[in-house]
Amino acid sequence: MSAPSQTQNASLPASGLRKFWSDFSESPTAVIALFVFFLILFIAIFAPWVSPSDPYDLTSVDIMNSRLPPGSEDFSGNFYLLGTDGAGRDMLSAIFYGLRVSLGVGALSGFVALIIGAALGLSAAYFGGRFETITMRIVDIQLSFPSILMALIILAAFGKGVEKTIIALILVQWAYYARAARASALVEKNKEYVEAAHCLALGNKRIILSHIAPNCMAPLIVVGTLQTAHAISLEATLSFLGLGLPITEPSLGLLIGNGFEYMYSGDFWISIFPGVALLITIVSINLVGDQLRDMFNPRLQK
Amino acid sequence: MTAFILRRSLQSIIVLFVMSLIVFVGVNLVGDPVDMLINPEADQAEIDRVIRDLGLDRPVSEQYWYFVVNAFQGDLGRSFIFGEPALKLIIQRMPATMELALFSLLMAVVFGIPLGIYAGLKPNSKVSKTIMAGSILGFSMPTFWVGIILIMFFSVSLGWLPSTGRGEVATYFGITSSIFTLDGLSHIFLPAFNLALFKLSSVIRLARAGTREVILQDYIKFARAKGVAESRVVRVHLLKNIMIPVVTIIGLEFGSLIAFSTVTETVFAWPGMGKLIIDSIYNLDRPVVVAYLMIIVVIFVTLNLIVDILYSVLDPRVRIKGVS
Repeated sequence: MSAPSQTQNASLPASGLRKFWSDFSESPTAVIALFVFFLILFIAIFAPWVSPSDPYDLTSVDIMNSRLPPGSEDFSGNFYLLGTDGAGRDMLSAIFYGLRVSLGVGALSGFVALIIGAALGLSAAYFGGRFETITMRIVDIQLSFPSILMALIILAAFGKGVEKTIIALILVQWAYYARAARASALVEKNKEYVEAAHCLALGNKRIILSHIAPNCMAPLIVVGTLQTAHAISLEATLSFLGLGLPITEPSLGLLIGNGFEYMYSGDFWISIFPGVALLITIVSINLVGDQLRDMFNPRLQK
Repeated sequence: MTAFILRRSLQSIIVLFVMSLIVFVGVNLVGDPVDMLINPEADQAEIDRVIRDLGLDRPVSEQYWYFVVNAFQGDLGRSFIFGEPALKLIIQRMPATMELALFSLLMAVVFGIPLGIYAGLKPNSKVSKTIMAGSILGFSMPTFWVGIILIMFFSVSLGWLPSTGRGEVATYFGITSSIFTLDGLSHIFLPAFNLALFKLSSVIRLARAGTREVILQDYIKFARAKGVAESRVVRVHLLKNIMIPVVTIIGLEFGSLIAFSTVTETVFAWPGMGKLIIDSIYNLDRPVVVAYLMIIVVIFVTLNLIVDILYSVLDPRVRIKGVS
């Protein structure tokens, strides 16, 4: 388990690394969740190498093999652990590739939303005044709409597609980061080290970026973890509805949607297994996020 | 107070305007409805006539202006597909959505409160831990996938409950609903449960937290000391006091149930306005999409305004903070 702890702590000083891990490993559930998450991450990154076959290589996919139940074998001796879908693709491979798309979209949108939200939230807290009032008003208004509705409005208005889905997810999420960043920056900006930086006549940009921002990272990491799980779930929902990713980028949501029509004839595996993969991903990220939140919560600190 | 309400109302109007602009301009950039709606064998004169009838030949800004003027007169355009006013189509389907949302709200409360109270009274029992783990799962599971599982289990495998449509409807006291017939009830059960699941998890958590707080109060201790039966303590003293936060939150979140019903309605082919919007997006039926989005934005902006005003009445600090 040493590898995950190092990756987790890449941004923290080396001395804090050991303490971080000992705090984190207090919850065995969270350690298991973290392990599962890294396994999923590994599968997603190396999908082309760990998959039994390439589900989108038309030369290897045979329509004759469509809708084989889990654990069956075709005439050429290929084994399908989780069965095949309506086009004869191996479900296990399709899920591995789907994880790649789902995690990629979730992580990318989360990262951009973090940058935009943190930039606005930190500046709002630092500069205050009218800029803060207007920014936070927009945040409040946006948070009063359910995320599914915001995404629906954006995608209904601008159409589906990879970049549009990512934009929709960013627009849905940035407000959460902005709120978290502002809340912690409001506390940080009155501390002595910021005052010292002012006395050194450092520029605003430098004070925000290299003094305040690093000290606001903890809550942002927590929000980021939980929001990424939320974004993955939302993307799956939108793709299932046919509003999110196009058929050329088959995410888990799209796989579930494709299997939906076959379910009435009893071919449950086409829909169920991608859903299980989605659920494991979301739950493992949520459990890691919950543990991080408890660790960073000053009221629970010993 | 008046100033606060005025400022909030102004803000709501700005939000409405911005939303209408985004929605209208956005929808106008998607695809070309001319290709989809006109018979490919039609001659040029016929195509020109339809384009003129639908107003598609005007510049976008002019189309928007007509849209706003007409919207104030209750005319949100005519569906390309059905040929009927978009507003009428949506209002026709609204009762089905409201019925689904209300029924699932009821389910969330009916199941959630007893489970939450139990988990609060016996926080360390195995059953309570299962309930709480279940509520975490309820938060994590994507609604549409749970819907699929429910259909697979109860409709396909067991064949107990139907999975599509609204079933038989009956009208009493001027309200047409499927909850008045046995067939309708069997149809509404699965989709309502699916939609309720997320709210059920929050009700369980709220009820549990409330129970753990209230149970320590003096009036509970006093009731017990007086020799009141435990069941009566729970039913009267405890329940009444935990209902306040639960009802408040549930009321506030009614809007999000309507938003999420889009997903449930699509999975269960429930003929509400959520399914209508998804179908309309597929068909590039722009007036219906725009009308739906505008109606839902109006509903939300109004709900939020009412909540804001209610809060400021209940808690003056909100108002004072708003001034600064």
